[in-house]
This record gives sequence, structure tokens and C-alpha cells, in this order.
Amino acid sequence: MFYSPAPLHIPDGFLSLLVSLVCWVVTALTLGAAISRTNKSLGERQIPLMGVMAAFIFAAQMINFPVAGGTSGHLLGGALAAIVLGPWAGMLVMTAVIAVQALLFQDGGLLVMGANILNMGLVTAAIGYGLFRSVSGSSKTVKLGVAGVAAWLSVMAGALLTSLQLWLSGTSQLGIVIPAMLGVHALIGLGEALITVSALAFILQTRPDLLGEGSESAKAGKGWILAGGLISLFVVFLSPFASADPDGLERVAENLGFIGAGQSAPFEIIPDYTLPFLGETALSTIVAGAIGIAVVAVISLLVGRGMKARS
Amino acid sequence: MHFDAFDRYHDKESFLHRLDPRVKVLVTVIFIVSNALLPDGAWFAFGFAWLFLLLCNLLSKLGYAYSLKRSIIALPFALIAITVLFSIPGKPLSSFHFLGITFTITDAGLLRFVSILIRSWLSVQMAILLVAVTRFPDLIHALEHLRVPAILTTIIAFLYRYLFVLTDEVFRLLRARESRSGAVTGSKRRLERVERSGRGVLWRAKIAGNMAGQLFLRSYERSDRIYNAMLARGYAGRLYTLNPHEMKSVDYYATAFAIAVIFLMQWIGRF
Repeated sequence: MFYSPAPLHIPDGFLSLLVSLVCWVVTALTLGAAISRTNKSLGERQIPLMGVMAAFIFAAQMINFPVAGGTSGHLLGGALAAIVLGPWAGMLVMTAVIAVQALLFQDGGLLVMGANILNMGLVTAAIGYGLFRSVSGSSKTVKLGVAGVAAWLSVMAGALLTSLQLWLSGTSQLGIVIPAMLGVHALIGLGEALITVSALAFILQTRPDLLGEGSESAKAGKGWILAGGLISLFVVFLSPFASADPDGLERVAENLGFIGAGQSAPFEIIPDYTLPFLGETALSTIVAGAIGIAVVAVISLLVGRGMKARS
Repeated sequence: MHFDAFDRYHDKESFLHRLDPRVKVLVTVIFIVSNALLPDGAWFAFGFAWLFLLLCNLLSKLGYAYSLKRSIIALPFALIAITVLFSIPGKPLSSFHFLGITFTITDAGLLRFVSILIRSWLSVQMAILLVAVTRFPDLIHALEHLRVPAILTTIIAFLYRYLFVLTDEVFRLLRARESRSGAVTGSKRRLERVERSGRGVLWRAKIAGNMAGQLFLRSYERSDRIYNAMLARGYAGRLYTLNPHEMKSVDYYATAFAIAVIFLMQWIGRF
């Protein structure tokens, strides 16, 4: 009655174990970076602030505006949280929101929570903050415009990632899920953009000091601008390609060995990847899967290091 | 609003209620992982998992169908999996025409679709049961014991604490909007009235945004006040609980039993 589920929360059972675990690894590493950065840069004062801000995002998602025919638009909040609180704090706040939605309301699963946090909390924050930060010296109009674009893109990025995860798990067909998800979220994203822009405009007008520009050095934003820009480019280029030519994307995935990742029984987690010395046994594929996860973990760790060094 | 309007906890004296929250969180997670590991069409194992769920329901004294009644929540998402009905090659079962395209349901597609739904349905029920038999602060405490970073559990604890307060604030804002935005009086349907209130869609979106900004400012200022009040009461960066949460022997037995059952389930699913 108080709470309207957003269509991006994946429940348990819809993603394969491998996809869920890989998403958890990426999410956990990013959150680890966020926690160590936040512990260093903020005092204990910030923790109650972030808690109340998480409750704010949760409550703000209930503010809706009627669109037409009984449907209404409302906020998801990832981009807004990152813009007003900074990227790392924004990520932690969104993580708390998604965790409570899953734990308390079963809106989104537990095993797939890593994927949900990645789609709705981490990527949205990177895009929101990165793009907004890239115009930090500009006029108010430019800033608000860019914030709107970032909010729209963050929703699209979440929808695109969700579709890709569902497809890699063998739950949906690429040619249908991408156009359907992106089509719906292009509209939802418009609502998100409008609310984000007017909320920011309101804050800029009444308490401009809260969106303090001088609080972080210019150098600190560089890594975020890069990250946000890259993810945005990824969304902008992959979405049309995937919608127009799903077979093409499937071919690419097939060549990379992704496809069918979760379509068969779990003991064939990566069907083509068996370890020669173990033969084609269940153990062999489990070990292969574990190695795959470890490789992904190391790559994300290195990327995280790089980003940390830059920022 | 009453403080527990969001709460999913049901107070009862039962075996599951008394169990250590760590055990409950751990078993829930293992159960969900086990569901994800079961192969498509492992009907006996799915049935066995459901029996385990039934046992948990009975042990919770909430009634054998408690989690069943609340499990519809994941159903809308099933729509997203519907394409596997047609996309996996197999023996055609039936076909129909829609928008000039012929859709053919295959046996392999149906098998996969039903398996996805059952997995999701079993998993969501265990999660529902978990919050029904565990107080949320205990749940957070369990997460802390299970090595979830303290900063995250503290944020979650604050979120839970102030959720009710800020929701009240939102309702105040929404009520104010409804009573002030020029609604057409006398129209029969409330929705219609709300839709006509004020100006066009863009204007309504802008107002919603202003309200979000307003809520942000109020929350921000409130967080300041909260922090000062906490400092005054001796807050030093840590939240404490009165529940000792000690693992008793019954907790260990329950964990061992649940894990044995889940292993048996996996064995049934494979052989």
C-alpha cells in the first residue's frame, strides 16, 4: 500500500548462479572501495547522515506524479543520491536502500542482490556523479540539463544491464528483452530525469551550500568523469546495436564464450570450459567456474585500484 | 503512522522465532543458493524443497500456508522469462498466432519456464519467512556477525529507524499537495481528479521534483539534529543491542539439520 515496486528489482531464481556470483564479486569490490574511501574522508558524523539520507531516498520513491490512465511516475534516486552526497556515499546509501527493499519487502532477491545493487546503485551513481561533475564550472542551466541527461542514462544503464544479465542467465531472449526493457525504461527514465532536475533546481535555489562545489578538489573528480563517461558511452552504443542486431551481440558473446552460461544444469556452468586434466566431470567444471570467478575478481580489483589511484 | 507499519515481523513463541538470527540468515541463503543449483525439471528435488519450506512454516507456528499467501510478489517478474517458452528449441507443443507472428511453445521451453518460476517461488517464500520470524534489528545484528561491514549495517539500521518518520513526512507533503493543487471537485473517480489537478504532466513532474528537494532539505536538517542528540546521549560510533545473540547447542543442531536436508535435496535433484 505504501510501496510500489520498481520493475528493475530481479527476484531470486531469474539469474543463474554464475551470473549472480560474478555480479556479487563486482559489487563487493566496489563497495569495499567505497567503504574504505568513506572511512578515510568522512567522520563518524557522516554515518547518521547517510542513514537518514537512505531513508530519504526510500521515502522519496513514494512521491509520485500522475501521468495518465492511472499510471504514475516516481523516482529511483541513484543519480540524485550520487549528485547530492558524492559518489561513494551515494553508492552506500543506494546499497542500503536496495538491501532493505530485498530483506524487508522481498522486492528483489538475496542471491541476486549483488546484481540489483550493481544495476540500480553503483552504475547509476557513477553515471550521475561522473556526468554532473564534468560540468562543475558551468552555468546552472547547463548543470541541470546534464543532470537530467545523466538521470535518464542511469535508468537506461540499469535496464540494459538487467537485460544482459537475464540473457546471460538464459532467462530471456536477447532480441525481445532488450527492446522491451529499454522501451519501457526510456519512459520511466524521463520521469526520473524530470524529478531529479527539479529537485536539484530546488536545492540549488534554497540551499546552494549543500551542493558544495569546493568540497572536493578538481582533481578528485577526474576518475569519476572518466568512469561515468565510459559507462554512458557503453549504454549509448550498445543499446541501439543490441536492439537492432541481437544476433550480432549473440555472435560476439558466443565467440567470447559467454553464451549459454546459465542455460544448462549448474554442473555445466561454463560448458566449453573444462579442465583437461580433470576430464569432463562435474568437478572439472566447478573448478573451471571458480577460476573464471577468480579471474573476474582480479580484473575488477585491478580496475578498482586504477580508479582509486586516479581519484 | 504507526512505527511498525512497514514491519514484517510476526510476534509468536516458536522454535524458529527463538533460533539465533545468524542461523536463520545462513540457512535462508544456503536454501536460495541450493534452489539456483538445482537443474531444470528436478521435480522431486523441488517437491522436497517445498516440503522443507512447509516444515519451516509449521515450525514458525504462523500456519502452514503463511509464506505461500505472501509469495505472489515475485510473480509479475515472470513476464520477463516468458520468452524462453518460444526460444528454446525442442518438440513443439502448441502454437498460436499473435500480431501476425506464429509462436510455438516447445517442451524444452516450457520445462525451463516452469523451473525458473518454481525456483523463484521457493526462494521468495523462504525470504518472506525469514523476516516474519526475525526482528529486523536482530537481522541487522546477524549480518554484522556474518561480517557485513559495520558502516553498511549501521546505515541500514538508521534507514530502518527513520523510514517511518520520513514516510510520515512524505504523506504530509502528499496531503498538502492534494489539498492545494486545484482539483476538479465533484468528479467521481479520485484518480481522475488527481490527474486533472494542476497543469500538464511536465508541471506535475516538476512539482514532484520540488517535493523531493524539499524532503531532502528536511531530511538533511533532521539528520543534523539526530546526530547532535545522539552525541548528547554518548554515541561514539557504535550501536549496541540488548540481545546477547549467543549460539546455543540447539542452534548448531538446527544448522546441521538444515544443511543435511539441503544436501539431500541436491542429491535427489541429480540422481
